[in-house]
Amino acid sequence: MIETLLIANRGEIACRIVRSARAMGIRTVAVYSDADAVAPHVEESDEAIALVGDAAADTYLRIDKLLDAAARAGADAVHPGYGFLSENARFASACDDAGLVFVGPTPDVIEAMGDKIAAKATMRAAGVPVLDDAEVADDPDRAGAAVGYPLLVKAAAGGGGKGMRLVTDPADLADAVAAARREAAAAFGDARVFLERYLSPARHVEVQILGDAHGTVVHLGERECSVQRRHQKIIEESPSPALDDDLRGRMTSAAVTAAQALGYRNAGTVEFVLGPGGEFAFLEVNTRLQVEHPVTELAWALRDGTPLDLVALQLAVADHQRLPFRQDDVVCVGHAVQARVYAEDVPAGFLPATGRLRTWRIPQRDGIRVDAGVIEGTEVTVHYDPLLAKVIAAAPRRDLAVQRLLGALRDSAIHGVTTNREFLTRALAHPAFRAGDYDTGLVAQHLSPEQAAPADPLRVAVAAAAAALAEARGNHLAAPLPSVPAGWRNSRSQPHRRAYRHGADTVDVAYTPAGARRWSVEAAGGAATVVVHAWPDERGDDTIDLSWDGRRLRLTVRRSGDDVDVDSVLGHVALVRHSPFADPQAEDAVGAMLAPMPGSVVSVHVEAGQSVERGALLVVLEAMKMEHRVTATADGVVAEVRVRAGDPVATDDALVVLDDSGADYS
Amino acid sequence: MQQLATRIDPSSEDYRTNRDGMLEMLAHIDELLAASRAGGSERSVQRHRDRGRLLPRERVELLVDPDTPLLELSPLTANGTEYHVGGGGLSAVGVVSGVECVIAASDPTVKGGATNPLSLRRSLRAMKIAKANRLPMINLTESAGADLPKQAEIFVPGGQTFRNLTQLSAAGVPTITLVFGPSTAGGAYVPGMSDYSVLVRDQARVYLGGPPLVKMATGEEADEESLGGAEMHATTSGVADYLAEDELDALRIGRGIVEHLRWRKRGPGPTLPADEPIHDPEELLGIGSVDVRVPFDVREVIARFADGSRFEAFKPRYGPNLVCGWASVHGFPVGILGNNGVLFSPESQKGSQFIQLCNQTDTPLIFLQNITGFMVGTAYEQGGIIKDGAKLINAVSNSAVPHITVMIGASYGAGNYGMCGRAYDPRFLFTWPNHRIAVMGPAQLAGVMRIVAERAAEKAGRDFDHAAAQAMQDAFAAEIESQSTALYATARLWDDGIIDPRDTRTVLGIALSAVHSAEVKGTTGYGVFRM
Repeated sequence: MIETLLIANRGEIACRIVRSARAMGIRTVAVYSDADAVAPHVEESDEAIALVGDAAADTYLRIDKLLDAAARAGADAVHPGYGFLSENARFASACDDAGLVFVGPTPDVIEAMGDKIAAKATMRAAGVPVLDDAEVADDPDRAGAAVGYPLLVKAAAGGGGKGMRLVTDPADLADAVAAARREAAAAFGDARVFLERYLSPARHVEVQILGDAHGTVVHLGERECSVQRRHQKIIEESPSPALDDDLRGRMTSAAVTAAQALGYRNAGTVEFVLGPGGEFAFLEVNTRLQVEHPVTELAWALRDGTPLDLVALQLAVADHQRLPFRQDDVVCVGHAVQARVYAEDVPAGFLPATGRLRTWRIPQRDGIRVDAGVIEGTEVTVHYDPLLAKVIAAAPRRDLAVQRLLGALRDSAIHGVTTNREFLTRALAHPAFRAGDYDTGLVAQHLSPEQAAPADPLRVAVAAAAAALAEARGNHLAAPLPSVPAGWRNSRSQPHRRAYRHGADTVDVAYTPAGARRWSVEAAGGAATVVVHAWPDERGDDTIDLSWDGRRLRLTVRRSGDDVDVDSVLGHVALVRHSPFADPQAEDAVGAMLAPMPGSVVSVHVEAGQSVERGALLVVLEAMKMEHRVTATADGVVAEVRVRAGDPVATDDALVVLDDSGADYS
Repeated sequence: MQQLATRIDPSSEDYRTNRDGMLEMLAHIDELLAASRAGGSERSVQRHRDRGRLLPRERVELLVDPDTPLLELSPLTANGTEYHVGGGGLSAVGVVSGVECVIAASDPTVKGGATNPLSLRRSLRAMKIAKANRLPMINLTESAGADLPKQAEIFVPGGQTFRNLTQLSAAGVPTITLVFGPSTAGGAYVPGMSDYSVLVRDQARVYLGGPPLVKMATGEEADEESLGGAEMHATTSGVADYLAEDELDALRIGRGIVEHLRWRKRGPGPTLPADEPIHDPEELLGIGSVDVRVPFDVREVIARFADGSRFEAFKPRYGPNLVCGWASVHGFPVGILGNNGVLFSPESQKGSQFIQLCNQTDTPLIFLQNITGFMVGTAYEQGGIIKDGAKLINAVSNSAVPHITVMIGASYGAGNYGMCGRAYDPRFLFTWPNHRIAVMGPAQLAGVMRIVAERAAEKAGRDFDHAAAQAMQDAFAAEIESQSTALYATARLWDDGIIDPRDTRTVLGIALSAVHSAEVKGTTGYGVFRM
């Protein structure tokens, strides 16, 4: 029996593993980086071992440290979660060597499937359909011509979209190959890439498989993962709306065939690309638990109603137990949809975002499951994957599940870190998604920032009015004599005024008392009589109940320093209080070149005193394996360099200060 | 404590007449207030703005804590006189960094913010309020100095300004001056004599003599900045304690100074429930008589500003024309004296006793004046009405608890004195629009004059021209009437402002909270009561 489980991961999956292990009576040992010292997975596990350092390469990717942690905690098994070392054959072997049960497939299977080129060969041999491909040797153009365009450049050691490039024009191939090689080398230490026919439009459908040590392999249905941005999944569901029973039968059989060909043990996923005519082809096997496994757990169950717990099943089969059911016992019991809440700036091109989660409220409701790796107050850093949580809805029918998920996301309040929450609601509400008629092009074709429906024009006005009035109420209650009406004047020279920043805009609010609980308000270009039915202090929460010209709304106003977050049925509006009295020292240095996103400094290309021309490269940043070049916005002289290579930076940190006043220095 | 009942009938003729009349007066007052706020002229306001400067009320609104109340004092100063309504500036009680302060600001759009005889009176009054109630004093200065053609009426009394500033400081009441523009000659002593001075860069000019005067006096060629610039004063002379980068910075610094005072009020805070009256204050418009000869029950007024309309009457069956009793307003316990008719001896005695009782318990007093005077006539003179009136005036004069007077109707004769008129130094004195003030009613006054003239004619054996006398009497009555209105009085600083009757509770609350900044303590020492 497994007694003590080391969880070699972090975030929501570490918390998820703790839950199942605890239910089985297994003691859990977490590991954590310095940046994760107060992370939820540390708090939720029975014991935790520090991995000194911040970067993944110094912590969660260090086999030696993890094995040492297992030894110190007396662990007898290791669950790798997903990402990090979960598909690293050396880690699996090292665990075996150390006498630890590795919760996953055997090292040889991991290794075989880790090489995408070899994996495809194995599948082709087993009779599983695969896409045409070609290895890239010295002459990429010839290989490209052989495969045909459009094609994908893929890393042999790839995964998660890293090192992947779509090429439609043969002229771009050489560059794409070079870039993919660089990225693959950086991400996986393996620069090998190959070309593969690009099936489009296509859906991404995968099959959950599970094998025990006694030769039994079952599938647990499919998952539809076609809502992707930058080749990464954001919304998944099960069952797939694209499959009928016949196609489902053929695809799941192919998956089981593939698994059997590999002698697969533990949980894994066979990924397929599915063309419009029902043509499907093998993509890869993920030899680990998937991020999207909860949709399987909520949509599928045993015939007798027993729910599936994939982590528990992983632990059981790792412990050499027989699978406790047969294929025939597994039935679809409804529909489940999962949305991944990422810390990212969608309009900026899904750039990772960081910050402290001031507010983290996702409604706990029937049919809603939340797998979160964060809590209120968590600091989201640049060091790790920006996935904050998964929100999963289940219902007897697909449309009901989708609506339920939409509602839960809409009613969530997440502040302090930019997330894709609103984008997820847009995706879920899109007619193509609602109809189940979509492919991997959904995001690019239908969900660009420009295609977003204009926000309710009242949204910002009402939010700013609520923020201003809630603040006025607070000021009023703190006044020396709060029983005297707020802001009373015997000779009123002007309305009360408040200003907020909303993104790049300034929102001015002007309000004048107009009787008991009544205000005449102008905000963001709108004007109305506002009646306050209940103040937050009267309700005992953060919510103000008001009518804006007869439209009655409840708005939750949360303040943290100068940040004011307003949530209501109209959506979230993030405001920043703008004091009339600017702090003279808080001004940005004129000519400061700011970091466009959080990350770390790769290299600095200028020094103080140096003259630069507009467009000159100043600093290279890296975030989530993407390089970003910061260039001079004007001719000038470098007045100050504020960062060095290796420094972590947050969005809008000043990197280099340019003095462009003497632009005629030449 | 008893809850006052009401006998008001909002459908009655009297009620509607009063309400209509009161609303008409309030509309007129609103227009005058708007004129006071509008500044000198559209052109001068525009010129001021074009220089990137804030108007005085914009400065005040930024200085005070957002969403707190602000009570402008004597906003209709100089109304109907040769000077601009409002007197070219403002004074107010407002909250800065959580502290109730007196704020005074000059209006540079009105004759360059120059002081005139009435604005001088308003600013001296503001300092008096600051001192009596221990309210920190904040000056927002941008003034051309004295209105020179009027110097004869300004120069001598104006000296008190500087004496007051230093006496405030000596009494431990902080004085803060923010200089936004010129503050020269005598005006230079305003920042000079304040505990804290803040000068705005490139705007403040503080010197005893400007370049022309210096040239005349000594022949020296000097520029404005070297003589009185903000930077010079902050770095060289030390006249400026703080150099503000701009107006907003000056206001920010001013708020910071008050914050650092760690100011503690010396009186107790509100101690009783501050629930709203159960009777609607809106009805005060129909209660206060537009014709002050028509009596109304002062308890109907109390019932519309006292907490929960609660009132514990003292000696209700003795001297009923003077209503005395205890209540609370915005949680502050108070003793109230209100007129329900002419004062007889029992009323006077009762009032004297009540004032002594309130002094025993350190309870502030509110006087509600609607008084035509002490009763006259043989019986009353022989009954010693003088002795009893003297007792009341003695008690009022020597009482040491804070007094706040609201004139809600007539204020005639010695009744004005016995009920704590202006000469008796109430901490605050407000009036309703219907208020009338004079030595006696215009009709009586004119009538008395006619009788005196008749008697004189009779004595001299002259014929008395009754028609001419009647015309003269009417004209005289009209003149007295015009000089006894609330607007006439407030223009001359006989009070601290006309208030909307519906705001009585709010204004009393602000005033009571202000008076509690100073210690609230009664006296036991009075003049000799003639028995």
